[in-house]
Amino acid sequence: MSRFPADSVGLVSPQRHISTEPLALACGRSLPQYELVYETYGQLNASRSNAVLICHALSGHHHAAGYHSEDDRKPGWWDACIGPGKAIDTNRFFVVSLNNLGGCHGSTGPSSIDPETGKTYGGRFPMIVVEDWVNSQARLADHLGVQCWAAVVGGSLGGMQALQWAIHYPDRLRHCVAIATASKLSAQNIAFNEVARQAIITDPDFHGGDYAAFGVIPKRGLGLARMVGHITYLSDDAMGQKFGRELRSERLNYDISSVEFQVESYLRYQGQEFSERFDANTYLLMTKALDYYDPARAHGDDLAKALAPVTARSLVISFSTDWRFAPARSRELANALLAARKDVSYLEIDAAQGHDAFLLPIPRYIQALSSYMNRIEVDA
Amino acid sequence: MTLRADLQIIQNWIQPGSRVLDLGCGEGELLHYLQDNRQVRGYGLEIDPDNINACIGKGVNVIEKDLDQDLDNFEDHSFDTVVMTQALQAVHYPDRILEDMLRIGREAILTFPNFGHWRCRLYLGTKGRMPVSEFMPYTWYNTPNIHFCTFKDFEKLCHERSVRILDRLVVDQTHRSSMLSAMWPNLLGEVAIYRVTR
Repeated sequence: MSRFPADSVGLVSPQRHISTEPLALACGRSLPQYELVYETYGQLNASRSNAVLICHALSGHHHAAGYHSEDDRKPGWWDACIGPGKAIDTNRFFVVSLNNLGGCHGSTGPSSIDPETGKTYGGRFPMIVVEDWVNSQARLADHLGVQCWAAVVGGSLGGMQALQWAIHYPDRLRHCVAIATASKLSAQNIAFNEVARQAIITDPDFHGGDYAAFGVIPKRGLGLARMVGHITYLSDDAMGQKFGRELRSERLNYDISSVEFQVESYLRYQGQEFSERFDANTYLLMTKALDYYDPARAHGDDLAKALAPVTARSLVISFSTDWRFAPARSRELANALLAARKDVSYLEIDAAQGHDAFLLPIPRYIQALSSYMNRIEVDA
Repeated sequence: MTLRADLQIIQNWIQPGSRVLDLGCGEGELLHYLQDNRQVRGYGLEIDPDNINACIGKGVNVIEKDLDQDLDNFEDHSFDTVVMTQALQAVHYPDRILEDMLRIGREAILTFPNFGHWRCRLYLGTKGRMPVSEFMPYTWYNTPNIHFCTFKDFEKLCHERSVRILDRLVVDQTHRSSMLSAMWPNLLGEVAIYRVTR
């Protein structure tokens, strides 16, 4: 018997999709060939009408649910929502989760080998944006025999992908679920991303992105970038509750170098841990993809016009204390869908956890997502 | 599917295939019915999390929204009919809501309880206290109903704002109309259903 919980998808293993057909990119370059690593949970039904695509956020990847081995301590990043009987019920749905191009968890990205040079891409990896991800995901759908997704679901940067699916491939999805997201970043968002990027780029170990050739990684810069990012993922309240002004020792040291407040220690740990498992070039690429996304730009900044092709029904969810992707941004999206006369529901979940809330099992959020997903018709 | 009696009356006033906005849509019964039986494209505004969840479970478009915030996110003339049942007396600015309803929709349908009903008058007249009944069960200090009015009050507001009353159906608590309440609506009617336009 498995030791995994009954509502877990259990042991899962990643699969690969290798494409030798060149992929033209928004930046004007193209990827001559690429690999996507992905996982699937549940069974594709005979009419292929029950497939759900999960799009990941900045630091996410293909491992969204279940465990990779019997001794795996942690399940996938969205295990709270994916599994038998869960909000995205794998008894009903065939769930697909991939690592996006430019990622650092197995799909072709800056740390892959460039077939033209035989060396790591590094800083030469082309810029990949949300539109490119969605195009590559459409090819993955073709490969899996999925003509039309029952739903495309994503939070944060993943929500932008779900939205882009609805705009660019209107007849290839029936529902668009966009959580804690926005149709474009604000100046403040871009500013935070720029601080993160500068932290990485100015690290002496960065070497213009070719750090692999020098046998080093820009750990300090990447760690700093994560520390900044992490602050924006939590609300003031959540940080206050978690750390307050708690000190690590009883006395103040009156010096600069020691780690005194608990929040400092936490951030340093988060930064260090992240810098050991994530690739700096991927982080740069993901933050740029976030900054660039703005489907209204080509339509005179009229989002409703950009949404004109949409035929999917949409569910838009925001969280009250999220200041990275504030409820006001989600309301803009919901209002534009309304103005474009599309089917849309909008929820503003009261939650103290800030942007991170979209990954957490907050009862009202999970219940609403379950109700929505359960309503989606699929053939037996 | 059986519909609440007031909603049964309202659905008769809604054109098939039209666009309907329901302010304070509750569990989405009306919109669900109109979607399935009148091919209506509808949206509900609601603030209660359980009601919102019920709407989602029915496949009814629902937008989380406090009716006391402005409705600026809805464009002028973007709906055929804007409905608000049993909420006029609970909003901060009933006149502004009425204006908004007729800005957003071609027609508005409203229902609200009549504070001029003889039982209210008798209660206030004999006891000298704010009426509490099975139909209006709240005490004055703890009630969602902050703007009670009578049918006459509402019609005066409509007149002042150049709002035309297209239909008025006066009914009792169980939403039945009688000859007597049609004759003396402001005294004998408990609930009114108005269809108005500009």
